[in-house]
Amino acid sequence: MKVFLAFVKKEFFHIFRDPRTLLILLGMPVVQIILFGFALSVEINNINVAIIAPERTETIRQITNKIAANRYFTVTGIYDSEDKPAELMRREKANVILRFNHDFNPFVRPVSETQMQIITNASNPNTAVQETMYLQSVINDYFREKQVSSVTPTISPVVRYLYNPGMQSAFNFVPGILGLLMIIICTMMTSVSIVREKETGTMEELLVSPVKPINIILAKMVPYFALSCVNLVTILLISRFVLNVPVSGSIFAIFGISLIYIILALALGMLISSIVKTQVAAMLISAMSLMLPVIILSGMIFPIESAPEFFRWLSCIIPARWYIAAMRKLMIEGLPITYVIKEIVILCGMAITLISISLLKFKNRLE
Amino acid sequence: MSAIEINNISKTYGTTTALDNISFNVKEGELFGLIGADGAGKTTLFRILTTLILADKGSASVNGFDVISQYKSIRNDVGYMPGRFSLYGDMTVKENLDFFASVFGTTLEQNRDLIEDIYCQIEPFNNRRSAKLSGGMKQKLALCCALIHKPSVLFLDEPTTGVDPVSRKEFWEMLHKLKKKGISILTSTPYMDEAGQCDRIAFIKQGKILTIDTPAGIIDSFGEPLFAVSANNMHTLLKAVREYPEVKNCYTFGEYHHFTVRDVKFKKAGFLSYLGSLGYENISINQITATVEDCYLKLSEL
Repeated sequence: MKVFLAFVKKEFFHIFRDPRTLLILLGMPVVQIILFGFALSVEINNINVAIIAPERTETIRQITNKIAANRYFTVTGIYDSEDKPAELMRREKANVILRFNHDFNPFVRPVSETQMQIITNASNPNTAVQETMYLQSVINDYFREKQVSSVTPTISPVVRYLYNPGMQSAFNFVPGILGLLMIIICTMMTSVSIVREKETGTMEELLVSPVKPINIILAKMVPYFALSCVNLVTILLISRFVLNVPVSGSIFAIFGISLIYIILALALGMLISSIVKTQVAAMLISAMSLMLPVIILSGMIFPIESAPEFFRWLSCIIPARWYIAAMRKLMIEGLPITYVIKEIVILCGMAITLISISLLKFKNRLE
Repeated sequence: MSAIEINNISKTYGTTTALDNISFNVKEGELFGLIGADGAGKTTLFRILTTLILADKGSASVNGFDVISQYKSIRNDVGYMPGRFSLYGDMTVKENLDFFASVFGTTLEQNRDLIEDIYCQIEPFNNRRSAKLSGGMKQKLALCCALIHKPSVLFLDEPTTGVDPVSRKEFWEMLHKLKKKGISILTSTPYMDEAGQCDRIAFIKQGKILTIDTPAGIIDSFGEPLFAVSANNMHTLLKAVREYPEVKNCYTFGEYHHFTVRDVKFKKAGFLSYLGSLGYENISINQITATVEDCYLKLSEL
């Protein structure tokens, strides 16, 4: 036990005396949370609307005010002809053009003769669709308030966005960032630090000692395990109090499943370290075979359901997919642990498999 | 019982033969030197003996323990200093020592007497990170770490490579002290001048043992007269000497060219006038006793 503690102490020396590593380990969660939580949000803000109105009627003025009052929109101005707004659109000073036809007066004239047109920049189809939807709902709201049933004759359903009423993308990203970070810290850092000892030759010296080789490896995992737990707490705190993401499920279940995932990632790191010989190789394997799939195939950013079938199958072997799915259910939806039994079983199975393989592949000698 | 027994060990990496049917013993309390150029297979042999890699063929034992089946006992007993500096550069001298002491379940204080002579030289740098030590200091620290658990057999892979002459001399003095304490030592070196410090030496070349003997025995076995020649133009002199019919073999050796002759009745005067006729000046020719290096060069020519 004393020997084990000496090893753990040594590992902490390595981490704390390498400012770059320390920066990665402790800075990354904060940077990623901020990046994904604020910068990379998929919500659309600051939509510039140019309005074309041949006549400035009271209705048009009211609609314009209504749009300008909405926090998503900025009205660049009301123009008589198409020339100026088209120019603004080309210069990306306007995202949407709202155009009223001649004699636009829905409260007086028959509906067939009153027309509006929304012109939007569809070079990014996703934003174009969302901008249009937002604008339509603002206009519909206006007419509903005015009780003009002729313009909105349909029954509009009351939509309720469950678990994330504000439709904030941070809700989606927080579990994803956790899934990504654990892989980077546990898998990449552990494998790199084990391989570093092989590369610098210290592993030779450690092996020619009474210490059981497996203990050398286990001791290497302890600091990264501890750091992962620190990061887990950090991320949960930042999410809860900075991004206002709810942590609605049971804390016990969230930590439980995270611990399983951390152990799985550590086993993966150990496996990689037993295969490769250089730090660069360990880094590349971790990055190429783990980070990219985690980002692309785990459902962290892109929904798995819309991926081609082959990738849907491939995503099943990505541990992060199951972890992220479980964390969404537990954290965001606040479901009890019984709803994530499937994910827990799969993650446990993967962890046991990885630990077994890495123990089998583990060598008591250099080669 | 021998401290180290090596029987018909062979090891290949792909198509390269690192060790080719090697056998020798190191007696208890002996300071045994393995002499050979880079790539001769010295490190491979060390790694097999310290149970780090497996030989393809043959058997070996350290302190009577088999390197394969009883590797755990060997790892308890031996001290190993790899060729490359392999301590933790980001840890201080003291931290490295304490760490390696606890790895072997001991403390620096308990075994201080064994390493005292060496440790007192690096103790002033206790709080310096080991990466920032000079080459000689690094090797002293590495030796301390290898000795901290009172090993009965010490493996030193090129301990003096990259170390200045003064530190090298000190290092060998330490090895003699350790030998007096009953520790068997197997060391390797590419420096021929260090060979004389060992009780016995083995020449190793391309995975084969050329000869094993005491340094004196090896020099005795040189078995023919050896001459050293020097003149004003050493570069062309080598070719000129080689072209002289009576010269068997000639090679550069420090400030001189050493050469052996075909006939023991070789006359210095005739050779002197041959060189004079070629326009050389300040010619000096002396018969000398062979050194270990001469023996190595002779054996590796065969």
